[in-house]
Amino acid sequence: MADGSIGLWTVPLAVLGGAIRVSTPFLFVSLGECITERSGRINLGLEGTLVMGAMSAYGISYVTGSPWLGVLAAGITGALLGALHAGICSLPRVNDVAVGIALMLFGTGLAFYLGKPLIEPTAPRLPAIDFGWWSDVPQVRAALRVNVLFLIGLALAPILYWAFRTTRWGLLIRTAGESSDAARAMGHSVQLIRLRATMVGGFLAGIGGSFLSLFYPGSWNEGLSSGQGITAVALVIFARWDPLLCLWASLAFGGAAALGPALQSVGVTSGYHLFNAAPYILTLAIMIVTCSPKRTLTGAPAELSITR
Amino acid sequence: MIIGETPPPSGAFGVDAVAMTMRFGDFLALDNVELKVRPGSFHALLGENGAGKSTLVKCIMGYYHATEGDILVGGREQAIGNPKDAHALGLGMVYQHFTLVPAMTVAENLVLARDDVPAVVNWPKEMKELEAFLSRMPFKVPLGAKVADISAGERQKCEILKQLYLKRRFLILDEPTSVLTPAEADEVLGMLRDMVVRGELTILMITHKFREVMAFADDVTILRRGKLAGAGKVAELTPDAMARAMIGAEQLAVQPARTGAAGQTRLELQKLRALDDAGAVAVHDVSLTVRAGEIVGIAGVSGNGQRQLVEVLAGQREAESGDIRVAGDLYRASREEMRRHKMSLLPEEPLKNACVGGMSVADNIAFREFDRAPFARGGWWLNRGAFREEARTKIAQYKIKTRTPDTPISALSGGNVQRAVLARELGGDVEVLIAANPCFGLDFAAVAQIHAEIMAARNRGAAVLLVSEDLDELLELSDRLVVMFRGEFVYEARTSEAELTVIGRHMAGH
Repeated sequence: MADGSIGLWTVPLAVLGGAIRVSTPFLFVSLGECITERSGRINLGLEGTLVMGAMSAYGISYVTGSPWLGVLAAGITGALLGALHAGICSLPRVNDVAVGIALMLFGTGLAFYLGKPLIEPTAPRLPAIDFGWWSDVPQVRAALRVNVLFLIGLALAPILYWAFRTTRWGLLIRTAGESSDAARAMGHSVQLIRLRATMVGGFLAGIGGSFLSLFYPGSWNEGLSSGQGITAVALVIFARWDPLLCLWASLAFGGAAALGPALQSVGVTSGYHLFNAAPYILTLAIMIVTCSPKRTLTGAPAELSITR
Repeated sequence: MIIGETPPPSGAFGVDAVAMTMRFGDFLALDNVELKVRPGSFHALLGENGAGKSTLVKCIMGYYHATEGDILVGGREQAIGNPKDAHALGLGMVYQHFTLVPAMTVAENLVLARDDVPAVVNWPKEMKELEAFLSRMPFKVPLGAKVADISAGERQKCEILKQLYLKRRFLILDEPTSVLTPAEADEVLGMLRDMVVRGELTILMITHKFREVMAFADDVTILRRGKLAGAGKVAELTPDAMARAMIGAEQLAVQPARTGAAGQTRLELQKLRALDDAGAVAVHDVSLTVRAGEIVGIAGVSGNGQRQLVEVLAGQREAESGDIRVAGDLYRASREEMRRHKMSLLPEEPLKNACVGGMSVADNIAFREFDRAPFARGGWWLNRGAFREEARTKIAQYKIKTRTPDTPISALSGGNVQRAVLARELGGDVEVLIAANPCFGLDFAAVAQIHAEIMAARNRGAAVLLVSEDLDELLELSDRLVVMFRGEFVYEARTSEAELTVIGRHMAGH
């Protein structure tokens, strides 16, 4: 196939490539939110954290010339936003969902304000590893150009799964999320545990944001995030608060998001916007299928405000 | 004991509380109370709700700082600033509400409770050590099971094992047998008693069950309204003397005698099935009839489907299948049906299940009738004056202690909330009464009044279904007794012919 045309095979290939590429921010945000929610608090502000992370990563990468410093800056920005969320929530009679919505708007607003001068310049981008070297087909090579951050996220999911079971921090986070009374009776500060869990969650969400501006799509503008942060929060519920399921769910959402562009590339143009909405339709469908008014969600941390 | 002597590194030690006074604002929770727990003894702390038992032990454990008074541990005065200090001295407490994490395994809960949880837990090694520890203990628990999946009795054993695992030598048990069957209670307390006799432990047990005090305790201290009301050796006291010390001179409502025979079938359950919140079958195709002028008691350890059964009868939960019939008519717990059949309900946790906490006592009392004359005109224009007037009558009649009828009901004590619900539910004609743990956590006076009202409703011809975890209450009130285990009715007997051991065996599922 001299012209590189592989016909309809383009679609599954593009979906696979998209699943890997698009899923990375979903993966980081959902793993971060998974940690936060397992500690008994829900942080809806991660959409704002994601956008702030994208902006700060792009800015630092542009100024220093090092995309990895940008990733670090995004993580720190996220952790600070997480600390802000946890700090406000530790006050009496504060609802974490309401604070999360406020921080979502605050984060995106602040990022747009601070990021105005970053729309024009081009910052150094994150490198990718070519896993498609063995193939002559350009589509295969494109699909298998995998970013390092995705590989880190891929490793992080099983590490978190293991850490929730076998490390002191994992056990403490679960205790705080399942029974704050028990945690207090053991002499632990629930607020401190949740502060740290929310900061780690923000750190990971910030890194997820850096992927958006430094790899794919790979520039900074105000339309960068189309709700990945908030979708990832829903994804954690769908994944039953299990880091390994978060990985699979992120891949599924990434694949769904790549469906529209993939179909367009083979000439299916009708319903393009409908296919672009696939991840949101998937979110809705999953929520409807998995939720029931008659029973509580299995696996939900008992202290979570949405399950109590 | 010589002042300054250090407690022995192993074995039991005593704890004394000297001249303890605890003030919360204007309220005097403890007034110069004395408590002497001898080393290697089983000590019972008796008292009604609100007598100050919990406050006293919380002072010992460092949750509260007493306004005045000292704590002596092993004969030495100790400043216990927080629970961690108490733990370091070897004091441990088993709470009435479980402090285990339900979603975790027993082993995880035990390891987690340690002060030195390793950063990375080596589970194979920990499991081996835990099994070695368990082999030395009098009772066994399944280490790998999730706490949510084990029975209440096993959970209680877990809580006690946790304290022993943490090498605590002075255990405070807060109502440890409230969730156990009589046989389980005897087993657990008997094993603890053996450890006390061997000199390994000292136990201070908060309780209100005289039977357990008589059977297991060496000494007893009795509190009443924050004051020391009595203390001494159990062998030298009778249950009567202890009860008098607990209640004081308070007049209790007299329960009317059981009169009249059962009439026609009023309430009928036909193969009723209901699910719990997790979607598992909680009530398993149960059938039952309750006749007019009869109290049918449902016994069982908490968590065997009683809650879901009551919720279905109350209209709080949908049944999966099966029918409820009242006086022969299909019943779906609609407001109209409740009114037509004169249904009454005394649910457990009345503040949560039968009241709106932020609304006034008067409003809460009017819930059943608020949209009909004389409380409302045309079904929508409410006459606030009638609400208040009705409430005043009921408050006097049922001795509800509230400042005004307009006080939010959540400001009332548990006993008075239940009295207000009682006034609403039993104030008019009653044909069917469903009561679930109506006396849980209430003082003697409230319990006596509620028991008297339930018996009076029965004598007036109501069909009463009484679901309770308190066997004594069931044996006292019911005509017929049914035991519920894992969502099924496994045993039925006339109360007059029922044997405690047989009932206990069925409650445990044997």
